[in-house]
Amino acid sequence: MAFASALHCRECGREYPIEPNYVCDFCFGPLEVTYDYDAIQKSTSREKISSGPMDMWRYADFLPASAESAVNLGTGMTPLLKADNLGKELGLNNLWIKNDAVNPTYSFKDRVVSVAATKALEFGFETLACASTGNLAGSVAAHGAKSGMNTIVFIPADLEYGKVIGASVYGPTLVTVNGSYDDVNRLCSELADNNPWAVVNINMRPYYSEGSKTLAYEVAEQLGWRAPDHVVSPLASGSLFTKIWKGFNEFAKMGLIDEVTTTMHGAQAVGCSPIAKAYEAGVMHAKPEVPDTVAKSLGIGNPADAFYVLKILKETGGAAVAVPENEVGEGMILLAQTEGIFGETAAGVVISALKRQAEAGVFDPDETVVAYITGNGLKTQEVVADSVKPINIEANLESFEAKVDIPS
Amino acid sequence: MASRRVKITFPEVLVGRPLVYNLGSMFEIITSIRRADVGPETGWVILELQGEEEELNKAITWALEQGVRVDPIAGDVIEG
Repeated sequence: MAFASALHCRECGREYPIEPNYVCDFCFGPLEVTYDYDAIQKSTSREKISSGPMDMWRYADFLPASAESAVNLGTGMTPLLKADNLGKELGLNNLWIKNDAVNPTYSFKDRVVSVAATKALEFGFETLACASTGNLAGSVAAHGAKSGMNTIVFIPADLEYGKVIGASVYGPTLVTVNGSYDDVNRLCSELADNNPWAVVNINMRPYYSEGSKTLAYEVAEQLGWRAPDHVVSPLASGSLFTKIWKGFNEFAKMGLIDEVTTTMHGAQAVGCSPIAKAYEAGVMHAKPEVPDTVAKSLGIGNPADAFYVLKILKETGGAAVAVPENEVGEGMILLAQTEGIFGETAAGVVISALKRQAEAGVFDPDETVVAYITGNGLKTQEVVADSVKPINIEANLESFEAKVDIPS
Repeated sequence: MASRRVKITFPEVLVGRPLVYNLGSMFEIITSIRRADVGPETGWVILELQGEEEELNKAITWALEQGVRVDPIAGDVIEG
């Protein structure tokens, strides 16, 4: 059973019933799920979690939807890999990679959409919807197919064809919208307010975003029931980052791990870095900007949770790092060539930010550092196209021996 | 009567302009401020606009033409 007891406003604290709602009627602040932690404490234990299903729903006590009716593609319990090769390169003895690129639709979005789709069914919605330029579209379309709900996915009309296929294969109603990024954004927001749809990241947002907490729970469990010393996470809307922090702290509150002393670091690409700019300027509100980055999955110019990210950075002594655009592909290649993991552009941003922080001496070499890889590189191959350097030979041994240096 | 919940963000050059007042006086709409943070260099206001659909659209178009940003309160809803 779910232990969610109410929604509360993150700004003024007013409470609301568990309904499809995302904004406080009084101050228009964002709503977040409140839990009955006494009931969770009675229900949960390390043993119960360890013997649960090998997916994100093993943490159902901490999620706002019921595991029994979960729309579940088998998401979660993705590998946490000790990154010895990359660690050696960066002077880190305890570097770990949380590889969430291996989820069913190849990104962490399956975690949030699984919760949103489950909650949408509980509320009686018949249509699941989103506006996306990539990962979210694929995940919503896949969960829509699995759940039997109608699915509507809005995408900008100029989106690359390859990215459209990753959603269209699941059979949603796919709507391409003409206009600037801001025009499309405004339209989708209005459609969400005026149609009886479960729009995963609008009226389902309080529930949807809770799915990201499982990225913290899994890491804590996989590290042997402890939180890491440092986390490096990508920053887009900021929701993922804040929920990782919330997840660790909920585990500590329930006595599943010790007090959390993790330092949280966020990573953006320079072409869309409103949170990193606010961090650098020492202000608590990010100035909206128009995204212009190769890291499309992080291209949120007006991040809803920027203020809460900045608060966590301040509280934990972390930093938001803006990575130059040319380092995005370099980060992807570094991860691929040291650890054999092909992450998407957001991964390149995270690895380059990790490298910058390591070079700046932010980490003690023996501290436990976890870098979150949230999407698969096969989705953004064009960014590393320059890495293709085949050696062309004739079909004979002489040509091979003449042209190819065989490593000894 | 229709309603829009929006966040208006001001660049430095427009911080001193009475934009919210002008919205209410130039168009047949009601403005209701819910939260705001305005400083000397930049500022934002979260407010509700109420009026007929056509008048709301005209008001928002005018505000955009002045050089401010007008965003849904949910922020960017197009995710990667």
